[in-house]
Amino acid sequence: MTLVKIDKKQWAKGLETLQKAYRLFGPSKEKDYFSFKTLEAGEQPELGFSNSRLSPKALLFPQSEAIIEYSLDENAADHHIMKPVEKDSSPRVVLGIRPCDAKAVNLVNMNFDTPEYQDPYWVEALAATTFVGLACDEPRSTCFCTSTGCGPYNEEGLDLLLIDADDNYLAKVLTDKGQALVEAAGWNTPAGKAAEIEARKAAAEAKITTTVAMDNLKNQDLMELHGASFWEDIAFACVNCGTCTFTCPTCWCFDLQDEVHGKAGKRMKNWDSCMFPLFTQHTTGHNPRGTKTQRLRQRFMHKLKYFVDKYDKGIMCVGCGRCVSQCPVNIDIRKVCDLMNSYKAAETACAVQE
Amino acid sequence: MVIGFRKGSMPMMNEPCFIKNAEDAAQLVWDSNCGINLANYLANRKEKIGIIAKGCDSRNIVTHIIENKIGREQLVIIGVPCQGMIDKYKINAMFDGEIQDVAENDGKITVTVNDKKNELDKADVLQKNCAVCAHRNPVIFDEMVADPIEEQKGVDRYEDVREIEAMSSEEKWNYFEELLSPCIRCYACRNACPLCYCPTCFVDEAKPQWVGKGQDPSDVRTFHFLRAFHCGGRCTDCGACERACPVGINMRVFTKKLEKDSFEQFGWEAGLTLDERPPLDTYRPDDPDDFIR
Repeated sequence: MTLVKIDKKQWAKGLETLQKAYRLFGPSKEKDYFSFKTLEAGEQPELGFSNSRLSPKALLFPQSEAIIEYSLDENAADHHIMKPVEKDSSPRVVLGIRPCDAKAVNLVNMNFDTPEYQDPYWVEALAATTFVGLACDEPRSTCFCTSTGCGPYNEEGLDLLLIDADDNYLAKVLTDKGQALVEAAGWNTPAGKAAEIEARKAAAEAKITTTVAMDNLKNQDLMELHGASFWEDIAFACVNCGTCTFTCPTCWCFDLQDEVHGKAGKRMKNWDSCMFPLFTQHTTGHNPRGTKTQRLRQRFMHKLKYFVDKYDKGIMCVGCGRCVSQCPVNIDIRKVCDLMNSYKAAETACAVQE
Repeated sequence: MVIGFRKGSMPMMNEPCFIKNAEDAAQLVWDSNCGINLANYLANRKEKIGIIAKGCDSRNIVTHIIENKIGREQLVIIGVPCQGMIDKYKINAMFDGEIQDVAENDGKITVTVNDKKNELDKADVLQKNCAVCAHRNPVIFDEMVADPIEEQKGVDRYEDVREIEAMSSEEKWNYFEELLSPCIRCYACRNACPLCYCPTCFVDEAKPQWVGKGQDPSDVRTFHFLRAFHCGGRCTDCGACERACPVGINMRVFTKKLEKDSFEQFGWEAGLTLDERPPLDTYRPDDPDDFIR
């Protein structure tokens, strides 16, 4: 592992050099929150942010993405032939992604890139991207990444980890992509010892005061959790909007839709949400998840039980806290996780199941 | 059961909840963070319900009763004179660090940021709709938890609407385009709204599908415009939609325009009485019709 030191005075110049070889993306403030945007020539990422309002997953998995296009004009030679939409797969860099969101990319990748199936749009975008993470020294009260197997200095999913060290960034090179990037930027000043990083990491971790127990989720009986008595209470307030799923860095569900304007058609890949009734509506009109309690339970069971059982890699949540802070009615995944983890089925419930 | 609020897990957030046992009643709280409209939790319920209601909630309860979404005899309305809800977005935007705690006492709001206490006048940080509210007292109730408070006098409810009305077509186009550009179509505005109880919303129709599902601006606008029109003559400006929006869109400008038209053309304010049909579901020979050309 290489550790390089980037003088903050050299930062802008390095980015300028990088811009010759890469497309750059980074956090940018609009109104009262941050989003990840394309950085135009000379534009700096605004790294004094806590985290972006929406997760940066849209960089790899846009909310609405045209994937196939076709013509319905029978006079055209290529009518009714489905053609892939041209994508810009030239190298790009995402600057300032937080470690939680980078780990989330790895979790989503488990779904979109399997030995059996690959989502080509995701896989191509990911291959083109170098992730430059920014260690998180000021976590928020809703952050619980240290409980989810992540952490403010976590390296999973990153090619380079930047640590803000006053006048410098310390850059930990984690992959070949990361090495290529520091070389392209001309950042080659070796940094001293890693001890400084350890101290900063420990200080950041100490600021995360929320801990969520999830050690027992795997042992819980799936059907008993499914039938648990607390769902009605948690779901009562839920308005079944898509805020939690759309702000979540690990929610990966999408819907395919053909949109035709005149004779020109395109196939869209749009985010979908298990909170929406239409998500599970059958063409018969029957809906197997017809109530909001069923839909809310699905979201939490998927993240905190089905995923745990299927992959054995922990929960499908990195502890970024977005759903906690943005839910309009204060449904808190930390509380739900504790309830699921500590649930003890009543004996009567067992008797009914037999 | 009784529908009310319990204390939330974050500053400026309370959670709507139901209480079924007397011993749980101590969970119920009331403060300036109860902006969600609890009438939203009544539609189509069959049981007997006690519900905590501030002014706007009570007006939406009236609307629900008129629209046959709940029976008056099912309800015990516990009225709360409301002194306005605080604007969590505005307060968050006022400070650089994360807000650790928000406390209130006698018209003052104390916000703790970076371990430092900052005192604000509640009047300066009210939700926009609360600042111009003319019906703080419940209009229908079975119990009142406090004496009625004096209603705000002389508030100009429609200054923002007039500003938009005065714009040229091009300015309006640009204004609405920018207003809606952050929308992620999570539908939090619709789903927090007590008026939006349609079994299937027009944007969720699938056979046939009426509206595109993606981020095409024409589809985003179709959703917001049509939803607003569906609230014409029904909206009480409770502010639940704007409060629920995760990206801070003030979609109330649409419903307020319709509210203003209802008031100016029909002298109608939604949800004030059980004894009169709303103007848009009745016909009177003297209804204004000079918009027909």
